[in-house]
Amino acid sequence: MDLTVIWAFIIAFAVFAYVVMDGFDLGIGILFPTFQPGRERDRAMNSIAPVWDGNETWLVLGGGGLFAAFPLAYAVILPATYPLIIAMLLGLVFRGVAFEYRWRDPGHQKFWDMAFTGGSFVAALAQGMTLGALLQGIEVVDRAYAGSWFDWFTPYTLLTGLGTVAGYALLGSTWLIWKLDGDEQAHARKLAVRAAIATIVLMGAVSLYNVTLNAEYAAHWLSAPEVYYVAPVPIITGIIALSMLRAITRERNSKPFWLALALFFLGMAGLGVTIWPYVVPPGLTIWDAAAPERSQIFMLVGVAITMPLIIGYTAWAYWVFRGKVADEGYH
Amino acid sequence: MFDNLDALLLARIQFAFTVSFHFFFPAFSIGLASYLAVLEGLWLKTGKSVYLDLFKYWLKIFAIAFAMGVVSGIVMSYQFGTNWSVFSDKAGPVIGPLMAYEVLTAFFLEAGFLGVMLFGMNKVGKKLHFAATLMVALGTFVSAFWILSVNSWMQTPTGYEIGANGQFLPGPSWWDIVFNPSFPYRLVHTVMAAYLTTAFVVGAVGAWHLLKDRANPHARKMFSMAMWMAAIVTPLQIFAGDMHGLNTLEHQPAKVMAMEGHYQSHPEGAPLILFGIPDSEAKTVRYAIEIPKASSLILKHDLNAPMAGLDTIPDDEEPPVGVVFWSFRVMVGIGFAMLGIGLWSLWGRFRKRLYDMPWLHRAAVLMGPSGFAAVLAGWITTEVGRQPFVIYGVLRTADAASPLDAPAVAASLLAFILVYFTVFGIGVWYVLKLMSKPPHAGEYGVKRGDVGPIRTAGITPGPTQNPGGAETLPTEAPPEKELV
Ligand code: HDD
Ligand code: HEM
Ligand code: HEM
Repeated sequence: MDLTVIWAFIIAFAVFAYVVMDGFDLGIGILFPTFQPGRERDRAMNSIAPVWDGNETWLVLGGGGLFAAFPLAYAVILPATYPLIIAMLLGLVFRGVAFEYRWRDPGHQKFWDMAFTGGSFVAALAQGMTLGALLQGIEVVDRAYAGSWFDWFTPYTLLTGLGTVAGYALLGSTWLIWKLDGDEQAHARKLAVRAAIATIVLMGAVSLYNVTLNAEYAAHWLSAPEVYYVAPVPIITGIIALSMLRAITRERNSKPFWLALALFFLGMAGLGVTIWPYVVPPGLTIWDAAAPERSQIFMLVGVAITMPLIIGYTAWAYWVFRGKVADEGYH
Repeated sequence: MFDNLDALLLARIQFAFTVSFHFFFPAFSIGLASYLAVLEGLWLKTGKSVYLDLFKYWLKIFAIAFAMGVVSGIVMSYQFGTNWSVFSDKAGPVIGPLMAYEVLTAFFLEAGFLGVMLFGMNKVGKKLHFAATLMVALGTFVSAFWILSVNSWMQTPTGYEIGANGQFLPGPSWWDIVFNPSFPYRLVHTVMAAYLTTAFVVGAVGAWHLLKDRANPHARKMFSMAMWMAAIVTPLQIFAGDMHGLNTLEHQPAKVMAMEGHYQSHPEGAPLILFGIPDSEAKTVRYAIEIPKASSLILKHDLNAPMAGLDTIPDDEEPPVGVVFWSFRVMVGIGFAMLGIGLWSLWGRFRKRLYDMPWLHRAAVLMGPSGFAAVLAGWITTEVGRQPFVIYGVLRTADAASPLDAPAVAASLLAFILVYFTVFGIGVWYVLKLMSKPPHAGEYGVKRGDVGPIRTAGITPGPTQNPGGAETLPTEAPPEKELV
């Protein structure tokens, strides 16, 4: 397989890891106002406090990896979605500091809780809209963005933005089902049902919209030989969505979360099929934007050595804080 | 055209603003992470509770500073693309991989172990917890390593080729890129700067509490540790700075000319201008107070060595002299002030009166923020001194910016300014509030659930997040052996 393809998969993996990991903690931020101030909020926060920084680092890997492996794509996408990126970054600033500040200043805890929610919502919406802006196509002339200010703002990108918000809320609520118990868990279940329905509806809408965006996308899904390979994707997605809904409403601990992950995985796979082989549709393929081989090899060595270690110690950190929040083990 | 120029200037201001803010936090947390590791190590070794108390005291402050460092850093990793997209496209193949290595080897390490460091002591045991603290400290250093390598490559680019499409491509050896000529100097000088910054903050907090209660054993301990750092590291830092300057003279002579205020060449020995007002129009330094031939002595180790001036540099390749000249003097001035504090403390120690010298303590309080000022001044010297290039000698800053319109950049700049000043201003305020409380026996760690109804309900929520235990304040003997 050629190195550029390997790198496309590595970046896709980083983005996926980011979306599911930071997705659940952004989701908790989005749902925060529905939790009772006090114990419920504190427990929800404590369920992610030890891991949020690690989760967000995948975003740095996604961005930094894109810069390194596909510099041209990085140089085109960021100016094209400038206001979205800035909004996302500022959102992340607010929610990131809220983790510390809300404990340091009980007098303004309400304010920092709002900052936590606002920041999480804006970041999620901006990420989803950025994805939409990429899928709907970015105009490139002479290795630079050539579109205008508000190309990123369309009904389609709003749809992808809201879909992402709903999806993160789903991840967040299923995470809480796993980490909480009692009334708080029951509350998380209720939230999860709503988030799941919203996510499924929006995912469906985005998928249909995708096929109408341009002929090439449609060809990937609907033309003769391809359709046989890709048809299972929506079918399996449907099955998983149903079993997730069942798992949420029955007494299951971690299963809803894992099924939500599976749903996201299929969503990503679907997007992969749609966009392939472009990194910036409609003009730039992954080969057009790729860094030279020397850069690819140098980084691949690094990834091969460090990625297993990273996954290892990240898993360990999650393991250390396993179990229900406020269980015995926490003392 | 005019629009373009504006957007460029705004982009530069935005970058300078966000990176300066970002760097404040690492400058502190690189040093503090190591200090925490030392404190925990000493506690494990000696079993003395004073170290554990200090560890927990500074851990709370570290948690806030680190969070601010992380969120401002994430902004930085996107600034290259948003504001310098042409630069990103061109230099990506060379510096992108270095930054990717930073993420892989440093950021994940810090972030992965941070949770355990802050909240996990009672879950993993002392030894493993200490290992986590060490990993976080190591991560901060590795992070400095890679990002400074990137920055140094932009100052003194080596080991690259220019591709047919105008991109900078890596040459056969990555070693030449990573270990470019200015990198070792910059790494040593910047990491020591971070240590000094932290030492002076710790020293100021210790001194502040000594002024109120000179018997406080915790304040004494931290003051004494900080003063050792000041006395030992400052001379090393000045030496390293001198070496750094010699290196810069070799690779970026125009920068040194600006630092020295040498508009004219001096064929037989250049003077050291201590102070004066650079006037770039008239190409002279007004009201200069100078020591004849001293500059040649410092830079060439020879009183009569000829030194070229800015008159040998084409006008459109000169850096802005005023800024560089002044920022350099601020940094050096602070360096010598730090040396003064270090020597003063040695004198006090020698007379066995280190804790009974209110004037030293007052001076140390005053010098608390000096590290930040020196670090900022140093970076301004470095970055402005390489203008008008972003990759020295080969890519002009003006040719590196994104194709954005001025209003877009202006709006985002305004948003950054508002958000940063409020959010980080408040964060600094919380840190100061923590510092204003005297450290005491049985110090709490980064404890979460101590607010709201939880405690009254008698349930400890979440991870107790209080390494070392001590749910309640012991009245006399501090808890030492009550860990799991
Ligand atoms: C606590 C901080 C601190 C202190 C006390 C000093 N410096 Fe410094 N200096 C830095 C922190 C710093 C820095 C922030 O770390 C810089 C910016 C970029 C770099 O490489 O280091 C720097 C840059 C810098 C440069 C620019 C190098 C270049 O851009 O090519 C020179 C020549 C010196 N320093 C020299 C000195 C001297 C002679 C000092 C003697 C008093 C001194 N510094 C004290
Ligand atoms: C090590 C990582 C760093 C890199 C890769 C880097 C890179 C850059 C780049 C690309 C620019 C834009 C070009 C320009 O406007 O000059 C710049 C400018 C600037 N940087 Fe850095 N920088 C780094 C660290 C820092 C730090 C830590 C500070 C200060 C605390 C700093 C201060 C500045 C300033 C003040 C400017 C504006 C100079 C001017 O526009 O005249 N830099 N730097
Ligand atoms: C333009 C240049 C820079 C970029 C793009 C950048 C990027 C980042 C990012 C993305 C993070 C967050 C990592 C996380 O998620 O945990 C971060 C934190 C950090 N950065 Fe920077 N950084 C820059 C300049 C610097 C410089 C010059 C230094 C030190 C010499 C530095 C040292 C650190 C450290 C130690 C942290 C850990 C957080 C903290 O200590 O507060 N960075 N940086």
